[in-house]
Amino acid sequence: MEYLLHVLILAAIYTAIAASLDLLAGRTGLLSIAHAAFYGIGAYTSALLAVRLGVPFIVGVLAGMVVATLISFLVSLPSLRLHDDYFVIATFGFQMILFSIFNNWMDLTRGPLGIPGIPQPVIFGWHVDSHSEFLLLAACFAIFAYLVIWRITSSPFGRVLHAIREDEVFAKALGKNTLYFKVTAFAVSAALAASAGSLYAHYITYIDPTSFTVMESILVISMVIIGGAGSLWGPLVGAVVLVTLPEALRFVGLPSSVAANLRQIIYGSLLVIMMMFRPRGLVGNYGFSK
Amino acid sequence: MIDVARPSLGCEGLSKSFDGTQALQDVRLEFPATGIVALIGPNGAGKTTLLNVLTGFLRPDAGRFFLGERELTGLAPHRIARLGIARTFQDLRLISQVPVLENVLLARPNQKGERLLPALLRFGVAQEESRNREQAMRWLRFVGLDQKASEAAGELSYGQQKLLTLACCLASEGRILLLDEPVAGVHPDMVSQILDLLRQLRDQGRLVVFIEHDIAAVRHVADLVIVMDEGRIIAQGRPGEVLERPEIMEAYVG
Repeated sequence: MEYLLHVLILAAIYTAIAASLDLLAGRTGLLSIAHAAFYGIGAYTSALLAVRLGVPFIVGVLAGMVVATLISFLVSLPSLRLHDDYFVIATFGFQMILFSIFNNWMDLTRGPLGIPGIPQPVIFGWHVDSHSEFLLLAACFAIFAYLVIWRITSSPFGRVLHAIREDEVFAKALGKNTLYFKVTAFAVSAALAASAGSLYAHYITYIDPTSFTVMESILVISMVIIGGAGSLWGPLVGAVVLVTLPEALRFVGLPSSVAANLRQIIYGSLLVIMMMFRPRGLVGNYGFSK
Repeated sequence: MIDVARPSLGCEGLSKSFDGTQALQDVRLEFPATGIVALIGPNGAGKTTLLNVLTGFLRPDAGRFFLGERELTGLAPHRIARLGIARTFQDLRLISQVPVLENVLLARPNQKGERLLPALLRFGVAQEESRNREQAMRWLRFVGLDQKASEAAGELSYGQQKLLTLACCLASEGRILLLDEPVAGVHPDMVSQILDLLRQLRDQGRLVVFIEHDIAAVRHVADLVIVMDEGRIIAQGRPGEVLERPEIMEAYVG
């Protein structure tokens, strides 16, 4: 039972992360490979604040979102001036830089040693310490991310994001400052990813840089694509499928060393198969391969 | 309905070259404040390049352009658009999967709901949206597409899509319309409908500049014809005069 709840908690956390990436990748058409870095910024910010300064969970989450937003400007302002493929490569570069910082700034992050002993959240006197309580909290984070994204995509702001995805020149000709919209979407996406990162840190109670590698970014991109980019339920479906699938593999009885490698092979194959036969994703309506 | 001061669009010394080809050479122009101006010339004469420069999509190598006293050189495309200079494209640009009405709504200027916080908190966005919907419907009625408002833009015929791009320009409150081939490839019945709309827009006080190869259409509707060849303006004047000059027609056909 605990184990099942654990899988569901991870699925909820990844739903929030995948949904936040989808705002950028699916809705605005900007594929970022730096998403794990923003997830990591949230995790490190609130973990460090809690461990070193005893800052309460909610304040740590908000601080993580603010830091992620500020750093998102450093990433987006230079890279959004680039087009399509070059933007992807620039975000890849930022992912590598931020990972190096997590891994090498020993004084701040303790590098590969990681940060142990991150306290479990206490929210206005509610001590979140059981799996079922964590699941409730994680579901709240996922719902919050969904709510923010739904509000944005169903507003005139979202209409412009859609126009940028389909035809940025058209949007510019109609007087839209497309850079503003892209930078803002990037910031919201980064802040939401950071909130999920904080929750992850306080759930696992230990973080190290290996959770925020480029492979993690690719895992989240896979969730978005497999679930269906630019669709309401796509990120949820993608996150649930890619979190539960490797867990299901355990029950096949493979030794864990084989299962870990097999997992990568399955992700890769799934992506290739989806791109070939269903580029819109399981429940999506927008294909990346336009 | 149109503002009283009508600054006119003009340029001087505009030059632009691509890989050694001079697309624009020292172009100097003063558009009238209102009227219908046809920009004609053979392929590669620099007509679309001129439009792209005047709307900020291309940076000129030299020269400057103005709206009245205000210099526009170096402004980003969205800033120029916000000054009331709207344009269409030769290759139709629309969001084809979304309804016709949504395309026109996108064009509405100064939307509060396009800023993040109002979009999230929804302060007054619904009222603004319904006002914009009225305006959008008004322009769709004007171009005769109000019956198609809820159809996907991509489902419209080619001519209807051209009308839709025109409706978008109008919904964006453009006073100066720069249209790249508004009737090319359109069914003949619809050509006269579009030309009639251009006349109405002129009568409302707008400046309509259009690039066109259809000489009959130009003769029919233009107040002023500007002829370009090899990046230069080789003639301008009333269609009756300009289109009769043999050397012009030769350059055009040749």
